[in-house]
Amino acid sequence: MATVDIRQVRKAFGSTQILHGVSVAIEDGQFVVLVGPSGCGKSTLLRMLAGLENITGGEIAIGGRVVNNVPPKDRDIAMVFQNYALYPHMTVFQNMAFSMKLAGAPREVMEREVQKAAKILGLEQLLHRFPRQLSGGQRQRVAMGRAIVRNPQVFLFDEPLSNLDAKLRVQMRAEIKELHQRLKVTTVYVTHDQIEAMTMADLIVVMNHGRVEQAGQPLELYDRPANLFVAGFIGSPAMNMMEGRVEGGSFRGPGDVAWPLPLNGAPPPGGEVIYGIRPEHLRLDPEGLPATVHVVEPTGSETQVLMHVGGANLIGAFRERIIAKPGEILKVSPETSLVHLFDKGTGQRVGN
Amino acid sequence: MSVTAAEGWVRQAKEQSWLSKLFDWKPFLVVMCLLPALGLLMVFLTYPLGLGIWLAFTDTTIGRSGRWVGIENFEFMIEDPIWWNAVFYSVFYTAVATVGKFGLGLWLALLLNNHLPFKSLLRAIILLPWIVPTVLTAVAFWWIYNPQFSVISYIFIELGLRETNIDFINTAWPARWSLIAANVWRGIPFVAISLLAGLQTISPSLYEAALLDGSSAWQRFRFITFPMLLPILAIVMTFSIIFTFTDFQLVYAITRGGPVNSTHLLATLAFQRGIPGGQLGEGAAIAVSMIPFLVFATLFSYFALARRKWQQGEAND
Repeated sequence: MATVDIRQVRKAFGSTQILHGVSVAIEDGQFVVLVGPSGCGKSTLLRMLAGLENITGGEIAIGGRVVNNVPPKDRDIAMVFQNYALYPHMTVFQNMAFSMKLAGAPREVMEREVQKAAKILGLEQLLHRFPRQLSGGQRQRVAMGRAIVRNPQVFLFDEPLSNLDAKLRVQMRAEIKELHQRLKVTTVYVTHDQIEAMTMADLIVVMNHGRVEQAGQPLELYDRPANLFVAGFIGSPAMNMMEGRVEGGSFRGPGDVAWPLPLNGAPPPGGEVIYGIRPEHLRLDPEGLPATVHVVEPTGSETQVLMHVGGANLIGAFRERIIAKPGEILKVSPETSLVHLFDKGTGQRVGN
Repeated sequence: MSVTAAEGWVRQAKEQSWLSKLFDWKPFLVVMCLLPALGLLMVFLTYPLGLGIWLAFTDTTIGRSGRWVGIENFEFMIEDPIWWNAVFYSVFYTAVATVGKFGLGLWLALLLNNHLPFKSLLRAIILLPWIVPTVLTAVAFWWIYNPQFSVISYIFIELGLRETNIDFINTAWPARWSLIAANVWRGIPFVAISLLAGLQTISPSLYEAALLDGSSAWQRFRFITFPMLLPILAIVMTFSIIFTFTDFQLVYAITRGGPVNSTHLLATLAFQRGIPGGQLGEGAAIAVSMIPFLVFATLFSYFALARRKWQQGEAND
């Protein structure tokens, strides 16, 4: 187990800058998720951590030791690849024992360690099989077993669940989190799926265009997104955003509809701002603003409604079972304390 | 709803023409589809092979149709030291050339699999020896090995390493080795390009995983590259052995089996006896005698090397 320090790390392929000075401090035993859209540099950062890509600038330290020029095998890390990268010509046992075999471990040690990992992952019955004969979830477990056997200081996961079907993904998500709670090894996990990030992480690092947009605990990111990008990226369905001005104690959105402003820390009047409200923070209110219903999507646990308010497209997620036909008018109003305001020019959060 | 609209109209089956009926008849269709392939196989494969085997059991000479003589040709062949010599050289030639081709070909493939500048140009250059017509290769090597004008001899003498020209093809053993060298030169591209294709099917993430598992470059070759290449290696080797064992052009164009029959392969000996020598029956018998060797080589590489257990499908064992 170890801390991981990423300090002002930059990466360029030729003249193309991929990472522009990324800094992340990871505590011992933390589960950190790097999340962002494709091409944001999260996988590249992970591969730099593993030593599969060299570091153009800055420093990476594992357990206090700068590893910029340390070859991958001496970094004391283990990685689970997106396509699992199991050796197809080796059995599950041989796959898991490979690193020990290379290190010249005696047969009994290999047996003992592999059995131990196999027991944790429920792979005891599959040790003599070849990867071809395994299902996707089983392969995923073998890939994790291969990492566990190494007994590393840091686990790296590169989008490990993206090749699984939706149901299995939810199950493996819980398994990985449970495994982490059991082994307490520092883990860096890359994904493009914000739900995975929210559910698994101790610390989420949201990346975009080779920069860190915000790093924090999952609920912190959800409650207080630092900028428009994080606000739009975290949460599903995504946050509603409207452009407009602050005028006379309220927000004037599209169609000159007046929306209530949060009570504390309201911005000075006249400012061009973006008004953000999460779908689940709109509620039905007889005193509220009139919204024209366009589409109603019942999911059982809640009802999502696509609606227009003064020309703005909004999504509302309501606990109530709404039986409204398209064209009908609903009265809605936002939870005033849960409204987010962002500066239109910089995209940064303003106010509270 | 539209029942009323369709009332009074009954769908009638359209009468099929006799031709379309015929083509709908499965046995006819099967015969029609198989005929071209079967025809080509019969005319260009089965007939020549059958004729060759038939000739091997007759005393046919050029200009006179022969009589059935049973295994007389083979009896004669077994007692013929020249045939034994050709058997020895065919096996030796195939074995040494295959080892040479695969050693150098694999090395070249591994080199080309790296990121090199001008990669595609280099690959095209590698292919050159293979696309040059064999006879042209043979002429070039015949010139290189020429007792008087050999460029190799010239260089050695100019460098002061030798006083006299090298004798490449006028005594038995130097001639045998020289021909093997020419065959290796010609065979490398096929091996290198085929193995390169095989190398490129190996996922780079396997090497990355092995790198993290702490492997050295040699261990990655030994435990990842080689086992994963083995199935392709087996197929390429089978082809290479067959091509080399049945080689004719290089040897015939450079030495014509000489000096004193020392470099005859079975193919060149069969041709020599059958066409210039006129003994078609004997020549055919020598050619037929290659079949057991080829069957053995094919079976060996097929069963020994191809289809590893890990390649087989989902079956639970």
